[in-house]
Amino acid sequence: MTRAITEPIDEELPPSFTDGGDEGELLEIALGPHHPSTHGVFRMDVVLDGERVVKLKPVFGYLHRNHEKIAETASYLSSMPYTDRLDYMCSLSNNWAYALAVEKLAGLQIPERAEYIRVITAELTRLQNHAGTIGFLTQEMGASGTPLMYAFREREKILDLFESLTGSRMMCNYMRFGGCRVELPPGWLEQTKKVVEAFPRFLDEYERLLTGNEIFMARAQGVGVLKKELAINAGVTGPMLRASGVNYDIRKVDKYGIYERFDFKIPLGEHGDVYDRYMIRMLEMRESLKILNQALRDIPPGPIMDVKAKIRGFRPKPGEAYGRIESPKGELGFYLISDGSPNPYRYRVRPPSLINLTILEDMCCGYNVADTIVIFGTVDIVLGEVDR
Amino acid sequence: MLEKIKSDIEAAVPGCRLEIIPNGSPSGQHSLLVEPARAVEVAKFLRDSPELRLDYCSNVTGVDWLDTEISEKVKVNTLVNGVEHEIEEIRKRQSPGYLEAVYHLYSMEKKDGPVILRLRTENRTDKVHLPSLTPVWRSAEFQEREIFDLYGIIFDGHPDLRRILMWDEFEDHPMRKDYVEPDDYEYEPTAHDDVLAKAKQHNA
Repeated sequence: MTRAITEPIDEELPPSFTDGGDEGELLEIALGPHHPSTHGVFRMDVVLDGERVVKLKPVFGYLHRNHEKIAETASYLSSMPYTDRLDYMCSLSNNWAYALAVEKLAGLQIPERAEYIRVITAELTRLQNHAGTIGFLTQEMGASGTPLMYAFREREKILDLFESLTGSRMMCNYMRFGGCRVELPPGWLEQTKKVVEAFPRFLDEYERLLTGNEIFMARAQGVGVLKKELAINAGVTGPMLRASGVNYDIRKVDKYGIYERFDFKIPLGEHGDVYDRYMIRMLEMRESLKILNQALRDIPPGPIMDVKAKIRGFRPKPGEAYGRIESPKGELGFYLISDGSPNPYRYRVRPPSLINLTILEDMCCGYNVADTIVIFGTVDIVLGEVDR
Repeated sequence: MLEKIKSDIEAAVPGCRLEIIPNGSPSGQHSLLVEPARAVEVAKFLRDSPELRLDYCSNVTGVDWLDTEISEKVKVNTLVNGVEHEIEEIRKRQSPGYLEAVYHLYSMEKKDGPVILRLRTENRTDKVHLPSLTPVWRSAEFQEREIFDLYGIIFDGHPDLRRILMWDEFEDHPMRKDYVEPDDYEYEPTAHDDVLAKAKQHNA
């Protein structure tokens, strides 16, 4: 403290440097928007007391392009490729959520085979998203690169499958209202089976690196605890919510698609800390593999599009629908209002990434800056979806 | 099911005006229009009622309904040459527009839902107020800020009502249906077609 040894200063302190008593001065800084740990362009205005966070305000909008307004000026189908750009790690889940909402709005049926393809692609998406999230998390803890590259090596295999199916690695634009766009290419199922069979080996290796790792446990256990009641009230969904011990998975609750046919469990956390959020994602990947094994075994032959579905001149009757799925990040919902015209009158995306950030301040207050980065990493956001 | 919820609310919050808004689509998700002045009481009842336990407010969004002209056919009796005739006449009346906040509620405890609440403003001017439901469900915090930002509904009782996606100095509300986008296009390096025409018009 330089002030203690000099003459006391009478002039008023600037508002950002208020007197923090014995604790020292408070310091206001902006974490981001251009910082690798913010996963995109995102800013956290934090007030620090030494190294401790006392206040944190997230600032959004750097990637805002008013996706909803654009979708209201375009036909239903032409928004489908745009949904890829929301959560660009999980384009196939976004496709499904949008297709599901439109199918509810127009009352379309989906053929059996298309439902199976949807489940397979969505669960593959979950695998690569969770593996990547854990990779980034360890990166932010200081494990420079190695676990992340392990995750990306596996992700690459899944993206290759997406590319051979849809023509694109990340911007898949694959689902249509009433089914899927193209039939599986020859040998795709066999290739997928190979990837799924090899995946547990990667998970075991990953767990050996991390689950019992002393540094990882010291950084993760008891950090950023989120209480069950707050999580429910703040609308937190996905692995974040289940790590706090709330048994709520839309795959089980809504039973959308054909999820009721599969035998899988919902892993639940106990403490709601960073370690639980990591562990939930690990366990969810194993459950996803179970679903994939069953779906790949049972997938029937048949059409992949509803014969009554209209691609051109699609005009749903006036009305509204809210459709939601369990995306890897949480509840992804689409709310649509039709006025009978080819464009939706209202098109709304319920972004899990944005709403899961509501409690960021509650989780981070009292922790060091380095822990804040780790806690933020476990929320698992993609800025394309936060800002839309 | 919605009729039962309606009568439950009427019993718990006496004198509250409620209306079921039917939904014509196959989704069959009908919604409940709630009087804004009593909305917080209704929300608290829905959250805490042991039968409903709608503890999770999933989606909060705004909708802009423009003024519409409604044409109706009315039968009028008029005297033509001393004899009374029934004549069909088309009458037009103006239905005033309004802004709407829509809340999708689910129950995590009962694994039930959705129950859809709608709150309507009186008109669609710049000073329209609705009560904030953020004190009841924290998940509405960012979503109500987004409605304030993009639709211009002022939520009374919101703890931190600021713009969220647009910058603080921005003045209009871009999601409104009558929003006019700026025509200067100074960011457009190679203006062409209608963009060029608009830019020329702006600079003239």
